[in-house]
Amino acid sequence: MGYVKLPIGPQHPALKEPENFTITLDGERVVNVDIRIGYIHRGIEKLMETRTYTQNLYLVERICGICSYAHVYNFTQNVEEILGLQIPKRAEYIRTLFLELERLHSHFLWLGVAGHEIGFDTLFMYTWQDREVVQDLLEMISGNRVNYAMNAIGGVRRDVSQEHRKKVLESMDYLEKRAEFYKNVAINEKTILARAENVGILKPQVALRLTAVGPTARASGISVDIRKDDPYASYLDTPFEVITTDTNDVLGRVVVRVLEIVESIKIIRYLMEHLPEGDILKKAPRKIPEGESISHTEAPRGEDIHYLHSNGTEKPDRYKVRTPTLANLPATAEMLKETYLADVPIIVAAIDPCMGCMDRVLLLKDGQEKPGELISGEQLRRYGIKWYAERGWNA
Amino acid sequence: MKTPGKMLPKIIGFIFRKPVTVRYPKERLTPPATLRGKMKFHLDRCISCGLCARDCPSGACTMHEIEAKKRPVFDLDYCTFCAQCAESCPKDAIEMTAEFELAHYKKGEAIVK
Ligand code: SF4
Ligand code: SF4
Repeated sequence: MGYVKLPIGPQHPALKEPENFTITLDGERVVNVDIRIGYIHRGIEKLMETRTYTQNLYLVERICGICSYAHVYNFTQNVEEILGLQIPKRAEYIRTLFLELERLHSHFLWLGVAGHEIGFDTLFMYTWQDREVVQDLLEMISGNRVNYAMNAIGGVRRDVSQEHRKKVLESMDYLEKRAEFYKNVAINEKTILARAENVGILKPQVALRLTAVGPTARASGISVDIRKDDPYASYLDTPFEVITTDTNDVLGRVVVRVLEIVESIKIIRYLMEHLPEGDILKKAPRKIPEGESISHTEAPRGEDIHYLHSNGTEKPDRYKVRTPTLANLPATAEMLKETYLADVPIIVAAIDPCMGCMDRVLLLKDGQEKPGELISGEQLRRYGIKWYAERGWNA
Repeated sequence: MKTPGKMLPKIIGFIFRKPVTVRYPKERLTPPATLRGKMKFHLDRCISCGLCARDCPSGACTMHEIEAKKRPVFDLDYCTFCAQCAESCPKDAIEMTAEFELAHYKKGEAIVK
């Protein structure tokens, strides 16, 4: 029987964000997958060059709605590195608290999305309800549920009060119970096992070769975690373990994330019990001296890398972001091979993709002979009108 | 035991629970004190330095000359409620309040002077 090529996306009801998967099918079996990105490039890196460092604090945060804090943390760490600025210890602890609260709400969110993808919407409702508890904490301390606007260059903008501490600790007790419950559900509930066990296999050697990061790599037994490998913020002080499993499948990715929730809760407890006294902000100059810096953090989805080149002015010379989803995409194409079409959504969802943050400009080459060509927006508009007119499609 | 229905007891419990949401606008949740809402501008404290407009990331805060005094005007259509203006102001002329119900019909209707 011949193969069928099935294009999914860029606009498709199963996708939350525009991307294109061209799936070659042999009956129900996936033979090959071609992933094409580049539909939602927002040009944030370029925009950053036109703004001051203070203004960029709020732009960087908007790279991602879920792991916004990991981005802004990277940005401030880069700037502080070039300045040679040591931020107060209390600020470092508060930053770590936010990094971990963000991981908590991101993992709860993912658990719900995964449940939704396998048709288990009850799980979706439950985890999202628990996620609200984390969101409330974030709102209580920072004033915002997303894009917390917490960081400033040289520290944090808002302090954690005694009541905040008490409330955070109380909520952690509740969330710990919930995490235990989800762990029990994940490894015992037949509905999940039937859809997740032995689905989307990613062997450790393949994961390494294709540079998988974060929970995706850890579910293939690879112990990578920037928090341990190159400790930043106050991860050197806090006791926690890197979670890995060796099942290499979607179930492994569920288990890794649920156990990471437990670890995050442990970290947050430690931070709240050992919060040092002192200042939270050091004054930083507006002009950043010439230099370059690279910073990486363990965002909820994996390693997030930022690069900054400064030229002695108030604005960055070049900024570059590599988000974890980009690193996980080659591995996703591999995971999808030899699976069934019905499993494609959950396998893609299992890397916790965030296409908007990851997107790149793609230069498409037409076949072999025609090289790529740069055209203006106006030219593109006229080309579009012509393209439709040639096919007699215009109204 | 690997059986379906691990969540069944929970699900039944939910039938008898009160909804988590409230009946807005009859009932309202109190926002946290830290909320960054609509700003309040104290003209008498302002020294026309322009730092607020310089640091605003979204161009919501711009300097205008009104009644022979240079002063900032805030267009909430553009505002991201980051409170950077309030922080940059050396005279505490800008204050963030907890007012968040700012929906309006037309562009340019929500201007704080
Ligand atoms: S709150 Fe932020 S976005 Fe709004 S006017 Fe102030 S600086 Fe600009
Ligand atoms: S920063 Fe404060 S004092 Fe300066 S112009 Fe703005 S409101 Fe006035």
